[in-house]
Amino acid sequence: MPKLIRRGAVVDDARVVVRNAIAVADVPAGPVLVPLSLWTSARDALLARGNVGVWLAPTDDPATLADDTARLPAIAVDFPAFTDGRGYSTARLLRERYGYTGELRAVGDIQRDQLAYLVQAGFDAFALAEGRDPQAALASLADFTDGYQHTGLRTPWFRRRAAAGAGA
Amino acid sequence: MYRYDSFDQRIVDERVAQFRDQTRRYLAGELSDDDFRPLRLQNGLYIQKHAPMLRVAIPYGQLSSRQLRTLAHIGRVYDRGYGHFTTRQNIQYNWPELARVPDILAELARVEMHAIQTSGNCIRNVTSDHYAGVAADEIADPRPYSELVRQWSTFHPEFAYLPRKFKIAITGATHDRAAILVHDIGLQIVRDARGELGFRVAVGGGLGRTPIVGHVIREFLPRAEILNYLDAILRVYNRFGRRDNKYKARIKILVKERKPAVFAADVEAEWAHLRSGPATVPAEEFARLEAFFAPPRYDTLASDDAGYRSALADNRAFANWAARNLHPHKVRGYAIVTLSLKKTGIPPGDVTSDQMDAIANLADRFSLGELRVSHEQNLVFTDVRQSELLALWKELKTLGLATPNIGLLTNIVCCPGGDFCSLANAKSIPIAEAIQRRFDDLDYLHDIGELDLNISGCMNACGHHHVGHIGVLGVDKNGSEWYQVTIGGTQGEHAAIGKVIGPSFAADDMPEVVARLIETYVHIRREDERFVDTVRRVGIDPFKERVYAEAH
Ligand code: SF4
Repeated sequence: MPKLIRRGAVVDDARVVVRNAIAVADVPAGPVLVPLSLWTSARDALLARGNVGVWLAPTDDPATLADDTARLPAIAVDFPAFTDGRGYSTARLLRERYGYTGELRAVGDIQRDQLAYLVQAGFDAFALAEGRDPQAALASLADFTDGYQHTGLRTPWFRRRAAAGAGA
Repeated sequence: MYRYDSFDQRIVDERVAQFRDQTRRYLAGELSDDDFRPLRLQNGLYIQKHAPMLRVAIPYGQLSSRQLRTLAHIGRVYDRGYGHFTTRQNIQYNWPELARVPDILAELARVEMHAIQTSGNCIRNVTSDHYAGVAADEIADPRPYSELVRQWSTFHPEFAYLPRKFKIAITGATHDRAAILVHDIGLQIVRDARGELGFRVAVGGGLGRTPIVGHVIREFLPRAEILNYLDAILRVYNRFGRRDNKYKARIKILVKERKPAVFAADVEAEWAHLRSGPATVPAEEFARLEAFFAPPRYDTLASDDAGYRSALADNRAFANWAARNLHPHKVRGYAIVTLSLKKTGIPPGDVTSDQMDAIANLADRFSLGELRVSHEQNLVFTDVRQSELLALWKELKTLGLATPNIGLLTNIVCCPGGDFCSLANAKSIPIAEAIQRRFDDLDYLHDIGELDLNISGCMNACGHHHVGHIGVLGVDKNGSEWYQVTIGGTQGEHAAIGKVIGPSFAADDMPEVVARLIETYVHIRREDERFVDTVRRVGIDPFKERVYAEAH
């Protein structure tokens, strides 16, 4: 069973990313993540099938899912290369603008050294790239304990500073 | 100046620990070159011609004497006893050992410094006016805002992997000394009709392969909205900037391809969602940051110190230096002093560790223990009493830091070029030196007057050659080193990109080319006209004719 880091632990996970599916018939059995194009063209059939999530490519507009966030069990964002940072904006928009609260999974070229940023952007599940050890990667989740900026997880530090009493 | 609190310190310490582990994994073969590259770049570490090069941030150019001593110490212990100040208010070390870089970062963290995001495709070290807080033409001190932007940009989780590098500059003065119009974002502090503070926002300026002057996309942004607006600009860029071609990946290309008005509308639409949101900066936060930069307690002094006056009259060398290397201070009886790092024979911007220690001592003695780094690769003491200028000058002279050439031709801005940089087409340091040697007559130099000469070893334009009154660019022709010359470039609020005068030159010809440009100028200038003004008035043709005329 493929491994996934979910909410800070390594778990087994059967949900597969279906990379190329043009019709519902192309979708294998079991929990899946389908391309956005298939979701928009066959939403009702996929809802009837059940247990379907959607994965977004870097160029996909997360606004397309604005009305679907409540009924998707998982959304994945694909990083073709870890240096392609578009998915970070996608994640924040899903969480902060479109109110998505379900599993948000980073897939593709995911490595441990990006986990801290991915978490802050709103991801809570990570399918590491081929050959990477998820158990070892857990340590990197805590590379940073906090940050200055506003994200879906926290208000900016300057709004918390006084209450936290950070001394010099 | 700003001081870290326990939160700021923790973030930087966590970074040191993270990079230590990444370096360990790389050296153990667990991280490939490709996977390690972006990680080390975001910690300022390049692999250069001879060795790794480490670039350390000096946020908005401000440095304490204590920090400078640490920079000296790092140069001595981990490098070859010197450092190089860059055009972006950073310092670079050319010879550190990769395995020891985490130790260097730990040394920096101890004095509230870091190398975070000094390279890589992320938001770089924020730069500002090197006279911030002491210049007479200031609407507001830009440093509190620069610090706010430093914090916001440090490990911004959404913008760590942008299409390309991203540079932000801020000025609070009417005369732009921070070159904000050639930055990805240039912020100018302004007041609106009601006297409220805010920013004029310019986007998409930059040098490099496609030099463009920035477009103003908003005339007035209330200061409380600054982070919301920056988030909006960066988000539009992160999502839609080109990633298919690294030469088209800067925000200036997106702004150009979409048209500035359309880009501005995209930003405004994004901002509409973020406006008044949690990242809106409360007045208390501005007050907190401003307190760090409150003016020191200045003494009440005469506007004209008698001893200083008589020293000017008696000592021609001192008077020359004072004429070139001082700038008026907003407080009576004080002066702003530039320490020239442009002595002929020394690569522009280079300082030895011994010099750094001596400068730190002088900063303690003469300028309240602080100094600045300018984007022209010089150092600045901001708070020197007129009565102490003579004593300071004598000390600087023995250190080789009193060359009276600020604003003059020999104050050459120059990138490391082919001697160090693996991207270079050609060497730049020897060209600077050859030109400096040709113009060794101080009287002639003063007669030529204000002139910015900038040299870059390749299209990346680290020497800002496009905005030099005379710009020199190293180009590669069939594997040999040639130099293309532009004239008429200008930095500041009237930023302009220089024009190429014609086919490029061999290295040996460069001093003669510059000499002919200057002769032409001296011949046709009007009274009080600077070189660049003459170029603007008459165009490039007279210069071109003279330079390409047969030798006689
Ligand atoms: S301009 Fe080119 S040669 Fe000079 S430092 Fe920059 S990249 Fe290197």
